[in-house]
Amino acid sequence: MDLLEYQGKQLFARYGIPVSDGRAVQTVDDAVAAADAVGYPVVVKAQVHVGGRGKAGGVKLANDPAEVREHAGNILGLDIKGHVVRTVWIEHASDIAQEYYASFTLDRAAKKHLGMLSAQGGVEIEAVAAEDPDAIAKIWIDPVDGLTTEAARQWVLAAQLDPAATDGAVDVLTKLYGAYVDGDADLVEINPLILTPDGRVHALDAKVTLDNNAEFRHEWSEYEATQVRDDREQAAYAKGLQYVGLDGYVGIIANGAGLAMSTLDVVNQVGGEPANFLDIGGGANADVMAGALEVINDDPRVKSIFINIFGGITRGEEVAKGIVEALGRVQIDAPIVIRLDGTNATEGRAILEPHLSERLQSQPTMLDAARKAVELAGGTPS
Amino acid sequence: MSIFVDETTKVVYQGLTGRQGQFYGLRNRDYGTQVVAGTSPKKAGTDVDGIPIFATVADAVEATGATASCIFIPAPGVKDAVIEAAEGGIEFIVVITEGVPAQDEAWFYNELKRDHPGVQLLGPNCPGIISPGKCNIGITAGEIAKPGGPVGIVSRSGTLTYQALYELKLQDIGVTTCVGIGGDPVPGTTFIDCLERFEADPETKAVMLIGEIGGSAEEEAAEYIKTKMSKPVSAYIAGVTAPAGKKMGHAGAIVSGGKGTAAAKMEALGAAGVRVGRNPTEAGELMVEIVRDLT
Repeated sequence: MDLLEYQGKQLFARYGIPVSDGRAVQTVDDAVAAADAVGYPVVVKAQVHVGGRGKAGGVKLANDPAEVREHAGNILGLDIKGHVVRTVWIEHASDIAQEYYASFTLDRAAKKHLGMLSAQGGVEIEAVAAEDPDAIAKIWIDPVDGLTTEAARQWVLAAQLDPAATDGAVDVLTKLYGAYVDGDADLVEINPLILTPDGRVHALDAKVTLDNNAEFRHEWSEYEATQVRDDREQAAYAKGLQYVGLDGYVGIIANGAGLAMSTLDVVNQVGGEPANFLDIGGGANADVMAGALEVINDDPRVKSIFINIFGGITRGEEVAKGIVEALGRVQIDAPIVIRLDGTNATEGRAILEPHLSERLQSQPTMLDAARKAVELAGGTPS
Repeated sequence: MSIFVDETTKVVYQGLTGRQGQFYGLRNRDYGTQVVAGTSPKKAGTDVDGIPIFATVADAVEATGATASCIFIPAPGVKDAVIEAAEGGIEFIVVITEGVPAQDEAWFYNELKRDHPGVQLLGPNCPGIISPGKCNIGITAGEIAKPGGPVGIVSRSGTLTYQALYELKLQDIGVTTCVGIGGDPVPGTTFIDCLERFEADPETKAVMLIGEIGGSAEEEAAEYIKTKMSKPVSAYIAGVTAPAGKKMGHAGAIVSGGKGTAAAKMEALGAAGVRVGRNPTEAGELMVEIVRDLT
């Protein structure tokens, strides 16, 4: 789950990382009041889950209330790459001597945490990595040891920051590591991490991605509330389904993430375009199937539906009963193709048999079913 | 032969008294697995259908000689359960539980490596391991696998693993061991851990590898196959059409910044001499060809 900048900064502040005094507001009047409270000059920053805000006109400096009014008015409601700005963050503008980059994430290959620090901040770190990889100092941290002050100091020295920044950077980075681990983040990133002319090190931006699996030990409902999903994804989320909206026209329901991904691939391989990824998990009972069918049925793009179930522990006849019961509960507009295989697939297909029609077909293999689904959607399968 | 587990493996189930643990623990026993104990601090001294329950893994190991454990504990308790198993003397720990925080996984992976280097962890978020006809630990439906050999399977995906086992069985091809390593960010057992053992196992003559988008595990496996493996390999990678930056259910199944794409993985495997199928069925057919050419 991605946090907005201001949520990331509030999280950092709880771990003792210096951030600018600021307020998150939703109206122009509140923006002016916030600017008066934090002191001019201020920066008005669009709060959206997408990068490139500055280029899109979503970050502006304001020296007085009239400028705050003008900029906040322009930015609130602005569409940045499909994300409409509902909230702006007003913070006291900082004097900048140097701009750095700092982050922590998991290095899956090394199975250790990876810290990255660069004296070249304020720009796309991917560009730095491509053009001048030596400009990024990396540290691999064993989670059992954590990041010691001494290791952090060596790392900061390796990054060749301004010597005036050393102590401040060591302090911020050890605290940032704490926010990353104890905060259960997949990623924490500060770009830019700044050195002020008076020698303070300070987080001027915040990018935080939290690990949804750790929600049980945190209070994240305020972050949940600001997540942006399209209507289909919101409906699926409300039903607890693993759903990702895509742009095609063949609705997909499968059990297991791997099989669902594979189903997209096969539809694509025969010349069709999947409308979604939807994993109903291992069980595939009638309730889950009915919920999945409702979500797919509400998608106006969907011209046919491909249900791809492989019975493992859940036997074919149980899956088939679930499908039949779900179809009895939900009025489906698009034609359906079912591929049911695995444990007791024969028994399962026998249960489906009396319900089959032009609108509800059964095919023995993934490829055959994908071709039929594309054909029923009006396409020409290859 | 088989890798990691066989008919002599004695298994303790951490969470046997829970709904999931009981269901699968008893199924595994019905399959023939030596399910010798369960643990539950509150239900020590009782039993689940004749399987004795102990307060701790250490007690269970002492009383039964268990060498493997299977964890069905809910995600918040997995970190402690893994360490309890290692400290209790377990050598092979299978974590079925999904939804374990990545910070916990990274921590206990490294903690085991440091203080319990002899322990092999499988999972979390995996379907388990089956050496058909000998031992089944986890949630795989045993009847869809044909015992014997000559194929070894290693997979990041549950349902695609079942599909592979099933298609090989339909072709009358047996499996030595099928290892589901799971799709989480820090898997305890990697493709390479399994490939090494399959390479060394005389009864495994060919290996089927099932991967998916995200991370670089398949690319690392390709490098290993290219340089260290003599046995033929077929592969399938799920997620060719998955859009970048979108999570596809598994924590692992996410493509970021052009890295970890299915195309890149398929290319790396192909360059290592692996026969790569465009869908699971095709990968199965390629394995059938490989097996026919073995003799």
